[in-house]
Amino acid sequence: MSIVKEFTKGLWKEIPPFRLVLGLCPTLAVTKSMENGIGMGLATTFVLVFSNILVSVLRNIIPSKVRIACYIVVIATFVVIVELLMQAYTYPLYQRLGIFIPLIVVNCIVLGRAEAFAGKNTVFASAADGLGIGIGFTISLSVLGAVRELLGNGTILNINVMGPSYKPFAFVVSAPGAFVCLGLLLCLMNIVGDLKK
Amino acid sequence: MRDIVRMVVVLSLICGVSGGLLAGVRIGTKERIEYQELAYVKGPAIRDVLQGCSNNPIQDRFKIKHGDTEISFFPGKFDGKLNVVAFETTGKGFGGEIGIMMAVSLVDDKVVAIDITTHKETPGVGSRAKDDPAFKGSFKGLSVDDPFKIKSEGGKIDAVSGATISSKGIAAGVAEGAKLYKELKPYILKKIKART
Repeated sequence: MSIVKEFTKGLWKEIPPFRLVLGLCPTLAVTKSMENGIGMGLATTFVLVFSNILVSVLRNIIPSKVRIACYIVVIATFVVIVELLMQAYTYPLYQRLGIFIPLIVVNCIVLGRAEAFAGKNTVFASAADGLGIGIGFTISLSVLGAVRELLGNGTILNINVMGPSYKPFAFVVSAPGAFVCLGLLLCLMNIVGDLKK
Repeated sequence: MRDIVRMVVVLSLICGVSGGLLAGVRIGTKERIEYQELAYVKGPAIRDVLQGCSNNPIQDRFKIKHGDTEISFFPGKFDGKLNVVAFETTGKGFGGEIGIMMAVSLVDDKVVAIDITTHKETPGVGSRAKDDPAFKGSFKGLSVDDPFKIKSEGGKIDAVSGATISSKGIAAGVAEGAKLYKELKPYILKKIKART
């Protein structure tokens, strides 16, 4: 498969968390607003790209018996780096995402890509794969965040678009609302997918 | 056997490099993170007690050792001179510690303003002391030598009715801060002199 294909598969065919149903915890927890979704998505993309690159570079050195331990160390390193950087440069966002930033360590997408892809492929393919999956994840979280913010708060990126008479639909920003929105979006994606065939 | 040695060496090497990298990033961002934390957590209170100052008190902060702890001071520039200093002190309220940001004038040793940074007081009861401008304003103009006590204890401060314990706690915290200020004033002046 070409590099371009490795990148674009993450945007539709294997887009997380809809197609690759992994990483649901941050998806459901932080997408109360579009801004949170974008922030979480980009932080995960950063970790994905760099951990994929490093795991791919080291794939012939790491003994297979301790590979999971090595992957976790690599991933945890980049998570702490992204956490420190966010604390230093985007403090309000860091405060809002809270515990979910350090929890990227246990995000199945990151370990999943390291194990399923980066451990077996070349550095460039792995970087493209990480970037594609990461951007796909960012898109999913942004869309889900936008839908929930629009319905639950009447705003998008903190800009009021529904007018002052709009009565917020508070259920959508609660945890059960996250499941319902995720389900409806998945349903919509399946319909579009079927039409394409 | 060779397998085990290889596993140990590789894993140790990865962990070592990771540790070094993280230490580097930590050192590189330390200063900036400290600034951000101050700006977002304590910033509003600092700006409130130093209202109208012409400098950035968080940027100009300095630390003075007091016993085992280091205390951060935030100098405020008024009329072209760093003549007010803000710092945080704590008092014991009903629900736990109350963090108080207080600003003291270096010219006449009088309290300029106080504000609450953190508290665990009962919402709607003790927390009213935090939001009552008249209560906070009653500290204004008191000298650091005054006894910081509420009226029922023979002082000059009107306690917020229904929030006596919180009011007492805040007054005691300010008294603590005043004591600290008197003790450290020579050092504060020295630090400020070095700035100008």
